[in-house]
Amino acid sequence: MSMTIREAYAQALVRYGANDPRVVVLDADVSGSTRSVVFQNVAPDRFFNVGIAEANMTAMAAGFAAVGKIPFANAFGVFITSNGLLSATAFGSYAELPVKYVGAYGGLSDSFDGPSHHSIEDIAVMRALPNVKVFVASDSVNTDWLVKHAIDDPSPMYLRLSREAFPDLYSANESFECGKGKVLREGTDATIIACGLMCGHALVAAETLKRVGTSVRVVDMFTIKPIDRELILRCANETGLIVTAEEHNIIGGLGSAVAEVLCGEGQPSRVGFVGICDCHAECGPYAQLQEKYGLSSAAIAERVRKLIKK
Amino acid sequence: MAISIEKRRELEGLCRTFRRDVIRVLHERQTGHPGGSLSVCEILTALYFYAANIEANRAEDPNRDRIVLSKGHAAPMLYRILAEKGFFDPAEMHSLRTIDSRLQGHPCSHSTPGVDMTSGPLGIGLSAALGMALGLRCDGSDARVYAVLGDGELNEGTIWEACMSAAKFGADHLTAIVDWNGVQLDGTTEQVMPMGNLSAKFSAFGWRCIECDGHDIASLCGALDESRQSKGIPSVILARTVKGKGVSFMEGKNSWHGKPIGEEEFKQAMQELEAKAVCQ
Repeated sequence: MSMTIREAYAQALVRYGANDPRVVVLDADVSGSTRSVVFQNVAPDRFFNVGIAEANMTAMAAGFAAVGKIPFANAFGVFITSNGLLSATAFGSYAELPVKYVGAYGGLSDSFDGPSHHSIEDIAVMRALPNVKVFVASDSVNTDWLVKHAIDDPSPMYLRLSREAFPDLYSANESFECGKGKVLREGTDATIIACGLMCGHALVAAETLKRVGTSVRVVDMFTIKPIDRELILRCANETGLIVTAEEHNIIGGLGSAVAEVLCGEGQPSRVGFVGICDCHAECGPYAQLQEKYGLSSAAIAERVRKLIKK
Repeated sequence: MAISIEKRRELEGLCRTFRRDVIRVLHERQTGHPGGSLSVCEILTALYFYAANIEANRAEDPNRDRIVLSKGHAAPMLYRILAEKGFFDPAEMHSLRTIDSRLQGHPCSHSTPGVDMTSGPLGIGLSAALGMALGLRCDGSDARVYAVLGDGELNEGTIWEACMSAAKFGADHLTAIVDWNGVQLDGTTEQVMPMGNLSAKFSAFGWRCIECDGHDIASLCGALDESRQSKGIPSVILARTVKGKGVSFMEGKNSWHGKPIGEEEFKQAMQELEAKAVCQ
């Protein structure tokens, strides 16, 4: 485990954005939390703190984009995808202005602040917007690439980050591609398709299952939209069972996206979903919340065991 | 610089043409918003033909001014004016709101040449205009950005978020123009949501506030000149207008916000608009 995802994001913003005059950064009075303050420290002329006004922030970001800038709009995931949504719909999605909506505290990572600050529907919301790409950061190396990609790709997109550190998945020179998931571990009996925090849990679950003779493949689907259709279909074909794992409501997120691919292609495969079961969590230590609300390696392993062909 | 008499007469003539053409196409299509299109006619005409340096043959110039029609439902008037500016053939107006048309129900920047910003959902155009203004300033451009707002739109809280931000960032190259017609969809602004003293409100938010007659070209152009003098703070022009201006039975009526125009109504409207053309 290295640095937190938010810190990796801020360092990448500086690495790729500090000397790029096209990059501007906006924040809604949470720059110390989102860590966008790190960018402010090196490029104050291209940093705009708009106060507690996410709706204004995302609309301003669209204005920057309309005159050739690459704006990163920062706030907690739950607020940028709610208060900030109107202009994401009109200007990001419809007008296709290349705004980068950055949700800092994804999932339950703002654990002690409770459900009002948890973000468990953001992927569903942003995934439903035409033209908007959706990525979930899975470790610090992946986060670094996401920021670079956000600058290079002239599309509106949502980057879901985390307050916390995730287990390291990749070495520093790993290469990524938009629309291409990463196979983290090979296996033949089942595939766990995970994103973000759940990738680490999926690897632990796969190790647990190995001990009882079940060979499980693990995929990091950090690219939720566009999703890797080819890889999903291949995993279904080769392993016959897919279990998705996400730090998000079971409705509308990664699991739904994977099921849409499988159903849409008429691909015969059993599918299981691990995530938050359409409820709001509560406040408490992050690890305990994950345990209680089914975001654990045990929950994933249990789901695989239940669904796998005897 | 004050507007010359010749120029003023030219713009007044354009306004008469625009009103007739917009009513004609709204009748033809049986959909669209007449009230707010008629009230914003002189405002948009003064912007596009007097204040803003926008020409179709230099649309790609990064240093040109920008105009955001935040009250996007007045799209028919915007389209007619963009056609006059040469962005497309005025005959294309007939395709308004039809399938495969470049002229969407509300302005769409990637469909319609000359539209600087997509709009439609009320309340977010001023923020977008502010972002454009600050982005241009980052590049050292002295281009101005104009945002045309409805007065009903001022109900939206985002407008006031944008006002705070524009003052904080000293956006003196941003001018908001309020089409202050006093009528919104469900009734008068006083009935639906009284906004109190608008001038005092904007001033309290740190804006330079200018009032003018929004149907008088000279008054509007003077206000736009004055807004360009603003140093260090953004400016707003509160332009007094009449919803449905120029068609007697539409004037001041919320029912004409977005109603199809009937045959008899069309005849009368055109008579009134033609008569004004003759006597003036």
